[in-house]
Amino acid sequence: MTPTIPMSSVVALLPEMIVAGFACLVLMFDLLLPRDKKDPLAWFSLAGVALAAFATWRIKYAEISAFADTFVVDPYSNFFKFIFYVIVLLVILLSRAYLKQDRIHLGEYYHFVLLVLTGMMVMVSATDLITVYMGLELVSVTLYIMAALKRYESRSTEAGLKYFILGSFSSAVLLYGMSIVYGVAGTTNLQGIGAYLNGAGPNPAATAGLIMMVVGLAFKVAAAPFHMWAPDVYEGSPTPITAFMSVGPKAAAFAVTLRVLIEAFGGLKSDWEVILTVVAVLTMFVGAVIAMVQTSLKRMLAYSSIGHAGYALIGVVVGDALGTFSVMYYLAVYAVMNLGAFGVMIMLRNAGLMGEEIDDLKGLSKNHPWAALFMLIFMFSLAGIPPTAGFIAKFYIFMSAVNAGYIWLAVVGALLAAVSAFYYIRVIVVMYFQEPDGEHVLTLNAGMKAALVFSVLFVLLLGVYPEPLVNYTQSAILNF
Amino acid sequence: MIPLSSYVILSAVIFFIGVIGVVIRRTIIVVLLSIELMLNAVNINFVAFSHYLESITGQVFVFFTLTVAAAEVAVGLALLIAIYRNRKTVNVEELDVMKW
Repeated sequence: MTPTIPMSSVVALLPEMIVAGFACLVLMFDLLLPRDKKDPLAWFSLAGVALAAFATWRIKYAEISAFADTFVVDPYSNFFKFIFYVIVLLVILLSRAYLKQDRIHLGEYYHFVLLVLTGMMVMVSATDLITVYMGLELVSVTLYIMAALKRYESRSTEAGLKYFILGSFSSAVLLYGMSIVYGVAGTTNLQGIGAYLNGAGPNPAATAGLIMMVVGLAFKVAAAPFHMWAPDVYEGSPTPITAFMSVGPKAAAFAVTLRVLIEAFGGLKSDWEVILTVVAVLTMFVGAVIAMVQTSLKRMLAYSSIGHAGYALIGVVVGDALGTFSVMYYLAVYAVMNLGAFGVMIMLRNAGLMGEEIDDLKGLSKNHPWAALFMLIFMFSLAGIPPTAGFIAKFYIFMSAVNAGYIWLAVVGALLAAVSAFYYIRVIVVMYFQEPDGEHVLTLNAGMKAALVFSVLFVLLLGVYPEPLVNYTQSAILNF
Repeated sequence: MIPLSSYVILSAVIFFIGVIGVVIRRTIIVVLLSIELMLNAVNINFVAFSHYLESITGQVFVFFTLTVAAAEVAVGLALLIAIYRNRKTVNVEELDVMKW
């Protein structure tokens, strides 16, 4: 008898297959296009993303378990897939001008973006340690190459190599943890591990495996004290790729962390709760304090993204329905507002200016009031100042902590959020109250305009009317 | 019959040799080798547990790790060549364009 793949499994995997297929087709069409004329590949990739989004839309609320329970389609994974589609849409729209400027507008770029998207989609749907690992590695290995895409520039290759060393080191630690967990529980299925641990009582070996897995995942979300790679890698990579790395893979790693901790290690919550509380506080502290002394806008945003991982970790520590909800909501909002801030930075890049220093923004409001206004809105949102979506997202995080009795954690988070508002506001001060050194020449095309306007509207509308996203997120949280 | 604990201890020792190699060695090639050691320690663990538990999953996992490790090392060596062309060095400590 030949083994057959059931139709339901194919339906469940269809969005991933579409994206991976388009990734391969991009490489083939790349050969047909002359150098410097790679624009069609951008539209082709977006068509693939749209098709995958449609396939996901059709199974939006379905619950399908596929491929011997290693892969699942549920509202939770679909929620994250929709976030990823939006992220990839914005990144592709924002990156074209920058890539042309830096002579790295290659066909491979779109191939890599789609491969990372495939990896992220596999990660959020994984219900087995094997699929978790495969998704994670597809994302990581592809990102090592993307970080070093500007291969003639030593800063970019250095970023790629640093990312590679620390990334594969953390993967190995994660994998060692997985092997111990497999040895203890006798299965790699998340539900199976959960069922085993719930009945087993205290188990030092399982705790050791859990700790190593948490360390590995903390590396991937760039949580302190495992964040050392992030500032260098974010600074050295080409800006659109930094923007992509700081939102997409981070959201995917959070989705995996939540699923693994709740479905597989729910029985050991008292263990991971303690570790993650320490990690969350450290992460918020590093994000708030070290960002203050940065002169480079790109490096500042890198530390800011570390800080935001800290706030999201509060929701993971809480770990109940409201906590999960707040993490998911936070990641969705953070993705769009952070991409917006990076988008303004990408606009500043032109022939004469890298546009990566805070001083490069001097007097932007006089030369380009709209660009300055957009940056102001994104900075307010990142700082969590109402009436922006960033405020609502932080509010839900702190509310979930207070509801579950972690009042001191919410207080620490709110204090550090206030501290970090300082450096976001410094950017605004530089833009509005300092005289420009000269004329800013913006790099802008229709796609970038559309992406930035979308981000601003998203941030503002969800700031005053968050119900649609709140309702959708609530319908998509994990089962408890 | 060699007991399971021997395999687990062997794997732990190899893993920590790998960790120490990544932390203290300065040549990127040796760092790459150390990462390979860590991954292979994991493989020993998986195979030993798979045999002990009489479950095939561990061995399946090993195939995935081997494949991914091969892909990873290909990317790592490519990055190494790219950085050597730019900087004429493969020493981790000299990679200091950006502060660590």
